Amino acid sequence: MELTDLTISQIQQGLAKKQFSALDLTKAYLNRIKKRNKKILAILTLCEKSALLEAKEIDNLLLQGRSIPSLAGVPCVIKDNILVKGVKCTAGSKILENYVASYDASVVKLIKKQGAVILGKGNLDEFAIGSSGEYSAFGKTLNPCDLTRVPGGSSSGPVAAVADNLCAFALGSDTGGSIRLPASFCGVTGFKPTYGAVSRFGLMAMASSLDQIGPIAKTAKDAEIVFRAISERDSYDSTSLGVAKENVPSLKNLCFGIPKEYFIKGIDRSIEIMVKKAIEKLKEKGAKIKKISLPNTEYALAVYYIIMTSELSANLARYDGIKYGYSKKAKTLIDGYLETRGSGFGQEVRRRIMLGTYALSAGYYEAYYLKAQKVRTLIRKDFERAFQKVDMILTPVSPTLPFKIGEKINDPLSMYLSDIFTVPLNLAGLPGISLPIGKSNGLPVGLQIIGKGFSDYKILKTAQIAEKIWM
Amino acid sequence: MISKQEVIHIADLARIGMSQKELKKIQKDMSSILNYFNLLKKVDVSRVNPTSHSVLVENIMREDKRKERNINLANELVKNSPERKARYVKVKSVL
Repeated sequence: MELTDLTISQIQQGLAKKQFSALDLTKAYLNRIKKRNKKILAILTLCEKSALLEAKEIDNLLLQGRSIPSLAGVPCVIKDNILVKGVKCTAGSKILENYVASYDASVVKLIKKQGAVILGKGNLDEFAIGSSGEYSAFGKTLNPCDLTRVPGGSSSGPVAAVADNLCAFALGSDTGGSIRLPASFCGVTGFKPTYGAVSRFGLMAMASSLDQIGPIAKTAKDAEIVFRAISERDSYDSTSLGVAKENVPSLKNLCFGIPKEYFIKGIDRSIEIMVKKAIEKLKEKGAKIKKISLPNTEYALAVYYIIMTSELSANLARYDGIKYGYSKKAKTLIDGYLETRGSGFGQEVRRRIMLGTYALSAGYYEAYYLKAQKVRTLIRKDFERAFQKVDMILTPVSPTLPFKIGEKINDPLSMYLSDIFTVPLNLAGLPGISLPIGKSNGLPVGLQIIGKGFSDYKILKTAQIAEKIWM
Repeated sequence: MISKQEVIHIADLARIGMSQKELKKIQKDMSSILNYFNLLKKVDVSRVNPTSHSVLVENIMREDKRKERNINLANELVKNSPERKARYVKVKSVL
């Protein structure tokens, strides 16, 4: 077994037993990144010097025989829309190509406190906008399982890095599926916490009522270790609340709901079969399975795309060429804005800013934004009703297997449909995990476990039981 | 179909400069996506309140006390602006 194959739990044990040092570990990952990254482009900025220093510090702690924190010496990658002090943070956009972060995001502070070693910044769809990983201004990330296919987005780099053993875990962001979709495409575990479970301070805002930071890891246990490190109330993000711990006694006491609206026409047949088989296995082990209905599911994608584009059009107004980043010189202030934003943002970002601006503009606000917010209430209530009958809900993560590079790039609407099973959770603020359940024709398939708001630990514990049954 | 005039107006509101060619393409893209949004027309929301956030969001006040701040952070932030004079961010004249 290579050092780069280890899970976080195995790293903790290996370091404690002195089977290897933190420096050995970081060097092994850096070597692997140098060999592999040119091809798959998972990492945009490498933090080699600081990573080696951080690893040496952990080794010193170990030498002194001190008790070490939970992520001590564990190498990780941070999505490049989350600030790490003194390191470039581009959001995958030309408009921020030379931007250097002046402070640490709260999650970065927390994992540093736990001793994590930051190897570098992960590639992403520009400003976390995209479902395939193809919209980065600095080149597309490839799926390590099949280099002709997309890794899924928008946390394309962080997920591909975990899948390709370029790091032990990664932090991503999820606004409509940006952690869970790539996790299912690349065959790793991705967790989107409850809205409010993790501080977003230092995450570049995309759609503020939907954005959430979460872990990407090799196992559900590892996802829990990282989640525990980052879930905390933070005075810098007034929506952050933290989460209470919860245990799961056994499968026999759990009832899972299967919503019929998530097994619709158009879903890949092999995904449907594999997800149903996985559910059957839980049933065999004693879990209760109940058919349920979430009747407003068909509206979720439209609601999501209206709310998300509206909020992002407002959030991305700050990139004006004046405070930071790329700036195109022009004669007047207004021409400066037009040229900076016209040439600094990529095509998909411009398209979504336009849609959001339209949805918020005078005369259309009520028909689009307000209407979407009302249907959002109906979607939220669907889940509330379902959770009166079941503990958790099981669904596929994606309607399709990872698609070919370029396949959907010229058809935005078909690209948007990739998010159909992941966006409802963000609208309702619910936690969800994408777990690998096997492969179809060599391509990974994921299953999503959805829980009540703030039942994050319950999902993570259940996932640990389930993955043992499935893999 | 959204009109070209409307697309120009929206691009202006969004402060995004666009070529004629791009205006045409975005007019087509926006029309097909807005058409998809029409799906919501059939939902009855007559007695439904809007959801802006999934959790209750309210103002959280801090104590009215002076906080120690890292003076360097302000310098770092200003340093990120493309044009500046001393510790000021330079902007083209507004009027």
